[in-house]
Amino acid sequence: MSKLENLSRRHVLKGIALSRFMLGARVATWSPIDQAGAEPASFAPNLFVAIAPTGQVTIVVSRSEMGTGIRTSLAMVLADELDADWQSVRVEQAQGDAKYGDQNTDGSKSIRLLLNTMRDAGAAARHMLVTAAAHRWGVAPSACHTEAGAVVLGASGKRLGYGELAEDAAKLPVPPPASVPLKSRAAWRYIGKPVPIVDLDDIVQGTAVFGIDVMLPGMKHASVERPPSYGGRVNSYDATEALKVPGVERVVEIPGAPPPSGFLPLGGIAVIAGNTWAAMQGRQKLRIDWEPGPNADYDTSDYRAALEATARQPGKVARENGDVDRALQVASKHVSADYFVPHLAHATMEPESCTAVFVDGACTVWAATQNPQQARRTVAELLDIKQSAVTVNVTLLGGGFGRKSKPDYVAEAAFLARAVGAPVKVTWTREDDLVHGYYHAIAAQHLEGGLDANGKPVAWLHRTVFPSIGSTFTAGTVYGSAGELSQGVVDMPFDIPNVRCENGRADAHVRIGWYRSVYNIPHAFAVGSFVDELAAAAEKDPVQFLLSVLGEPRKLDPKLLGSAYSNYGASLDEYPIDIGRMRNVVLLAAARSGWGSPLPTRHGRGIAVHRSFLTYVAAVAHVAVAADGTVTMPRIDLAVDCGMVVNPDRVAAQFEGAAIMGLGNALYSSLTFKQGRAEQSNFADYQGPRIDATPETHVYVVRSEASPGGVGEPGVPPVSAAICNAISNAVGRRVRALPVDPAELKSA
Amino acid sequence: MPDLTVNGVRHSLDADPAMPLLWALRDLLALRGTKFGCGIGACGACIVHLDGQAVRSCITTLEDAVGKQVLTIEGLGMHGEHAVQRAWKAANVPQCGYCQPGQIMQAAALLKQTPKPTEQQIIDAMSGNICRCGTYQRIKTAIHAAAAEEA
Repeated sequence: MSKLENLSRRHVLKGIALSRFMLGARVATWSPIDQAGAEPASFAPNLFVAIAPTGQVTIVVSRSEMGTGIRTSLAMVLADELDADWQSVRVEQAQGDAKYGDQNTDGSKSIRLLLNTMRDAGAAARHMLVTAAAHRWGVAPSACHTEAGAVVLGASGKRLGYGELAEDAAKLPVPPPASVPLKSRAAWRYIGKPVPIVDLDDIVQGTAVFGIDVMLPGMKHASVERPPSYGGRVNSYDATEALKVPGVERVVEIPGAPPPSGFLPLGGIAVIAGNTWAAMQGRQKLRIDWEPGPNADYDTSDYRAALEATARQPGKVARENGDVDRALQVASKHVSADYFVPHLAHATMEPESCTAVFVDGACTVWAATQNPQQARRTVAELLDIKQSAVTVNVTLLGGGFGRKSKPDYVAEAAFLARAVGAPVKVTWTREDDLVHGYYHAIAAQHLEGGLDANGKPVAWLHRTVFPSIGSTFTAGTVYGSAGELSQGVVDMPFDIPNVRCENGRADAHVRIGWYRSVYNIPHAFAVGSFVDELAAAAEKDPVQFLLSVLGEPRKLDPKLLGSAYSNYGASLDEYPIDIGRMRNVVLLAAARSGWGSPLPTRHGRGIAVHRSFLTYVAAVAHVAVAADGTVTMPRIDLAVDCGMVVNPDRVAAQFEGAAIMGLGNALYSSLTFKQGRAEQSNFADYQGPRIDATPETHVYVVRSEASPGGVGEPGVPPVSAAICNAISNAVGRRVRALPVDPAELKSA
Repeated sequence: MPDLTVNGVRHSLDADPAMPLLWALRDLLALRGTKFGCGIGACGACIVHLDGQAVRSCITTLEDAVGKQVLTIEGLGMHGEHAVQRAWKAANVPQCGYCQPGQIMQAAALLKQTPKPTEQQIIDAMSGNICRCGTYQRIKTAIHAAAAEEA
C-alpha cells in the first residue's frame, strides 16, 4: 500500500505552496488532486480510471469516505477487473459533479450503485490494454492475458506493463458500456479479500486531511452564533466587544432561511478572525437580540406526550391485510405495548467544517461532505450563481452518519468567503453541532397483537408517529413518507394473517434529518421488542417463536406490503424480502451466541432480527443488570447476510461499530429540548459508549453470491431491541422507552 | 511571545498565552493531526504529550506548555513506525480515523508508563477517548499487541 497517495494531505500541508493558485481565476480550476503525486496520465478511457506511462493507476472514487472504507472498496473493484497491481494504485477523490451519477453517500448503497460501473470501467480499460499489446506483438487479443499490471503473451514470457501500453491504448476506441465480459468470481484478485484501507498510514500518522484540516494562505477563521431555536432570527446585534478581542477582524451577518430551511444555513452572526480560538472568543462577546421565531416553545416532554396520545388514535393506513380489528377481538390473548425513542444527534467526532474561497464570481469549497452535488446546488442557490461556478472538493469525513449529507455549513463558508473577500474556514463547535443539528426523529409507537389458543400470532397492529424528514424541506409535511414507512413498518416480515400499519400526524419543531439507519431505529426497536413480548405471552422461547412467526422460507409476497413499499430504491426481483435469509441469520446468531446456555443471575440474552438497506441482521445481546439498575453488555453476536462482500474486514468493522452505536442508542443517547433549544450541548451531557462499555463483539458474515446489500447502516437497528429483550430475560422488566433508565431496573 | 517546543522544534509564537495549545498547534503551527472534538476535555481527540504525559490540548493553555516538551502525533514515530502505530495498522483499527491520533497518543502514554497493561488498565486509560465509529474492540486488540511487541 506504500505507494498509495494521500491525495489531500500534500495540497493542504503544503498550503503555502498553494498560494499561487489562490490568485486570480485559477482557483476555480484548481484540482483537489495532488498534482505532485499524480503522474500525468496518458490513458483515461472513462471517468474512473487513468493510467500513466509510469504504470501508476489512478482510480477515481466518487463516494465520500466517512469510515466505511469506500475509497478502498470501490478502488478494489475497479482494480480487480483491470487486473491492476494494487501497489501501483492511487485513489483520487472526485469533485462534486453530476457526471459521476449519484454521489450522495447515504443509504448504504455505494457498492450496490457502483459495483457494476466500477467493474465495467476496469474491464474496458483492461480490454483496451490487451488490444494494444496484441497490436504491438501482431497477435490476436485472445492470445494474450493479463497479470497484475501487465499484459502477457501466452506462454512466451513476453510482457508489457500497463504503463508501456497506455499511449497505444489511448488511441483505441473505447468499447461501449458494459460490452466487455467481466471476470468470473473465481478470478477475482482483490474482491473478497481483507485489503487495508488506502488512508491507513495517513490516519495513524495524523496526516490524513479532514474538512477541518484544510488550510489556505490568507485564510480567515469563522465561528457563528446561530438562533437559539429553529426559525429564530437576528433582530439586532452589537459587536463592539467582540471586535476588541485580539485577532478578531470583523463580523458578518449570515441570512437565515425560514423553516422549512432545508439545506440552507440557519443564519446568525459570524465572527471572522485570524485563528479559530480568537473567532470563538469574539463570538462569546457578541450581544444579539433574537426574534425567537415559531419554535421557541418546543419542549420534548410535552411533545412526547402529544405523540403518545396520537399513537393511541387511529392513523393513516399504510398497510392492511385481513381484518385486524376482528382478529384482535377474537384472539385468545391480546398484547399491547407502547414504545418511545428520543431525538438523537449524529455527534460526528469531526464537527461540521468547511473552507471556501470566492474569486471572480466563482466559489471553490473544500468540505467534509457526504453529498458534494447537493453542496454545489446549495452554494449556488445561496450565492445566486450558476452551479458551474461552484467547485466542491471532498476531503475525508471525520464521521458522517447522515449529518454531512446536509451542506448548511458548506453554504455558510461560501457565503462568508464572498463577504470577506478571502478564504474562510467555518468551524462548528461541539455545542453548535448538538444544538443546531438535523436530529434523528423522536418517535412514539403503539403495537397490539393477538395470539390464538396455540400461541400463534393472528393479528398485528402497528401505529407509528414521528416528525418526517420531509418537514425539513416542505412546509406542511405532517406524515411519514412512503420511504420512511418502508423502514421497518410496512415491511414487517412476519407470517401473520391480519395486519394493519398506521401512521399518525406529527408536526416538526426542529430540523429532522437522516441519522445512521434512520427510521429503522425506532421501528426495529418496537417491532423487535414486541415480537419478544408476544413470545413471552405465548410462553415460547424467543428464538423458536421468531422462527415460527417468520414462517416458511419464502420470498415475501410484495402484494402484502402494498404498492408504496420502496425497498430502498431497489427492485424486489433482485432484492426480495427473503424469509429464508432472515431465518438463516436468526439461526446463525443463536447458534454462535450460545443461546440457551446458562448465565449468572441478572444476566440475560435477547435476540432481534431486522432487514434494512437490503441486508439481513440478527443480533443476540448478552446483558448484565447490576443491582443499581446499571446495564452493561458483556457480549454481542451479529449474524449478517449482506449478499456478496467486497472487503470482508471493512464489513466486519462496520458491524462492530454498529454494535457500539446501537448500544449508545439503547443505553445512553438522548437529546431533549426545552424552550426550543437542545438541553445537551457537549459530550459531558450527550452520552455515547466509551471503551469501558464495549462488548466482546462477534460478527458472522454469511458467504453469499447474492447482489450486494448495504453495510454501513443495517447493523444498528436490531441492537436496541436485542438489548431490551435481554434485559427482560435478565430481570423480567420490559423496557419500552429509550434510553434505558437504570432507576427502573434496580433490584427490589 | 510564548516559546513552544513541539516535536523537538522550538517555536516563538505571537499569541495570547491563554490560547489553548490545540489551536496554537493547528492554526499557528499547521500541525493538524491533533484534532478538535469538544473543547472541554471530554473526548480525547486533542491529546498530545506534555513532558511525556498525555494531556488534552483543548484545555491546556499555551502558557501551561511553555518550557515543556510537546509531542504530537506528527512527532510520535518516524513514518508511523511507533509500536502503537504499527499495532494500529496491523489491527486495521481506524474507520473514519478522526479520533485516532488522540487514541494513539493516549495509548502511547499508557504504554510508556505501564508497558504491560492489564485489560482493566487499558480500559481505564482509554475511557476518556470517544470514537463514534465504535473501533474500541480493535483499540484494545492493538494496545495488547503493541505491549506484547515491546516486551
